[in-house]
Amino acid sequence: MSKQEQHWEKTRGLLFMTLAIWFVFSIGIFLFGAEMNEVGGPFGYPLTYWFTCQGSLGIFVILIFWFANRQEKIDEEFGFSERGDD
Amino acid sequence: MIKGNFIDNLPKVYGIYTGGFLAFIIIMSIAEQMGMTAKTIGICFVAFTVAIYAIIGYLSRTAQADAYYVAGRQVPTVFNGMATAADWMSGASFVAMAGGIYFKGYGYMALLVGWTGGYVLVASLLAPYLRKFGCYTVPDFIGTRYGGNLSRFMAVVVLTVASFTYVTAQINATGTIASVALDIPFQYAVYVGLISILLCSMLGGMRGVTWTQVAQYIVLIIAYLLPVFWISNKMGAGFFPHFMLADEVARIGELEQQYGFVKNAAADLKTVPKGLAGITKAHSAVNATPWAFISLALAMMMGTASLPHVMMRYFTTPSVKAARKSVGWSLFFIFLLYSSAPMLATLSKLSLIDPSLPTGIIGKSIAEVQSIDWYQNWNQANLMFVSDFNGNGTLELNEFFMGGKAVVLATPEIAGLPYVISGLVAAGGMAAAMSTADGLILAIANAISHDVYYKIIDPKAETAKRLVVARVLLVVIGFAGATIAALEIQGILGSVIWAFDFAMSGLFFPLVLGVWWKRANKEGAIAGMFLGLVSGAAYLIWVRTGGSGFLGITQLTFGIFGSAVSLVSMVVVSLMTQAPNAATQKMVDNVRVPAGKSVI
Repeated sequence: MSKQEQHWEKTRGLLFMTLAIWFVFSIGIFLFGAEMNEVGGPFGYPLTYWFTCQGSLGIFVILIFWFANRQEKIDEEFGFSERGDD
Repeated sequence: MIKGNFIDNLPKVYGIYTGGFLAFIIIMSIAEQMGMTAKTIGICFVAFTVAIYAIIGYLSRTAQADAYYVAGRQVPTVFNGMATAADWMSGASFVAMAGGIYFKGYGYMALLVGWTGGYVLVASLLAPYLRKFGCYTVPDFIGTRYGGNLSRFMAVVVLTVASFTYVTAQINATGTIASVALDIPFQYAVYVGLISILLCSMLGGMRGVTWTQVAQYIVLIIAYLLPVFWISNKMGAGFFPHFMLADEVARIGELEQQYGFVKNAAADLKTVPKGLAGITKAHSAVNATPWAFISLALAMMMGTASLPHVMMRYFTTPSVKAARKSVGWSLFFIFLLYSSAPMLATLSKLSLIDPSLPTGIIGKSIAEVQSIDWYQNWNQANLMFVSDFNGNGTLELNEFFMGGKAVVLATPEIAGLPYVISGLVAAGGMAAAMSTADGLILAIANAISHDVYYKIIDPKAETAKRLVVARVLLVVIGFAGATIAALEIQGILGSVIWAFDFAMSGLFFPLVLGVWWKRANKEGAIAGMFLGLVSGAAYLIWVRTGGSGFLGITQLTFGIFGSAVSLVSMVVVSLMTQAPNAATQKMVDNVRVPAGKSVI
């Protein structure tokens, strides 16, 4: 397998992992919205309510930065990262 | 002014700007103490901020294609994040979102999840690859990746349909705010709004829009957060509302139980002015089926990743790496406002319905409510209404009606904040609507000038001529949008959501598969864009004209049907026709590697 194919395979792996986490917090948990809302969440809000106000939103922010860092590492590993600063 | 030195000095420049704006707020509040009228304060806020944007727009003027189309590709990560956040958060996000949450609760909050979750798709599926591609516009990517004028043209059509649906709503919002703040009729205010919008983008194109959007973000976020924190503290609900409103949320639930949601008779509801609504849904309980919530969130997420005016902001970063990070910053800046909207809705609702609070009106006598100053003001503005349906002389929960915009616009006044805050909120709403309108008009005008005029009609045109065409189109599209906005066909939010559905119907899969599926070819992409857009639009018309719909797909989520058709037709047609040639395959390989020269 060429260097480029390996790089793409790892990139695709990271994509699937990112999309899996995204799926859980944008779709998965809302399948059980009614049940989850009976549980107390952070700061005392009902749990589902908290996810819609802050939880899912905040997790998406962190997820994107995490993804960006992981992808940079993959690019560096194969020498595909850009020179210069951002 | 913009070159080199300016980029290095950005934090300083915008730091001074922010300080200046805060000083302006303080000066206005002193002026209010000294007797300046509410109307003058409103005019000062809107006129001052719009003048600043116009100056930035003028200073950013350019005669270079690279600066006009992609701001010279040198916008730093964090600042591009702010610009994207302003580009993204429209008049609807600013003025209508808290109201939507106030009235519809959980079912509406699918929009919050959708309008943020979409950025994960932007960051992981598209933005870095399109940045590497080096295109000027989104149709530029489609046209080069798949080849041929027809695919390029189809992408321009989808972009125009989606963005134009969106932009009329934004011009409408600038008109609404300008007409209230400047006290002029709406039909004229729309054109005042339009001229303000064009002042930012005409001379500097994307470069001008970038630096005004950063300035607009700063105004809109201050205008949104300051009242939320102030009201929360004034009500004694907690000094950091986001972490401290659990008791208030629970209290609203108790009051809802106590009052019950009484259904009004149809004849009674007919007497309520158009556009106003009562509280009929639980505040924090789950009041929608999982599919209703998920389908709306999904449609908004895929729409986010397909809207060209957002995507093209990531063409302006210095590198692919920066494009990825910039998506994160964008969402962070959006998160600051979106996570505050539910808090504002909570504070607003509790302050009105809790009889133990001095501002609570439920349980008071109708006559008493009608004599309150702020009630009279907002009743006159057609945003509040009470009526004694059951004739007991007391205001019940089901007898109080409000417009969605009132949550953002009226809550500061109800809570007893000085008028300077209302002026600030007007400036914030104006900034939100203007920045989005600028991004959208520029996206349409750039696509037509670059992809239709330069790439298809006259590939030999000189830069100067191209930029003249781009600017003329900007004005023409702006006026077309304003003319339609003046007709007031659809409410602000309805048309915004349609734009997402149109965009995802036609563009989501052609864009994503262009990067992630080498086998995708021209014929497939054309079929995907054409059938996706047509089937989505057909479904919308069918549901709007009394059709029952299927699978719970409504007029707000028709993009799910459109994009499904788009995916299937794109895959089937691609597989039935020839694989892309070696050069195209190589191009895709090249896009997938961040290092090296851009593809075009």
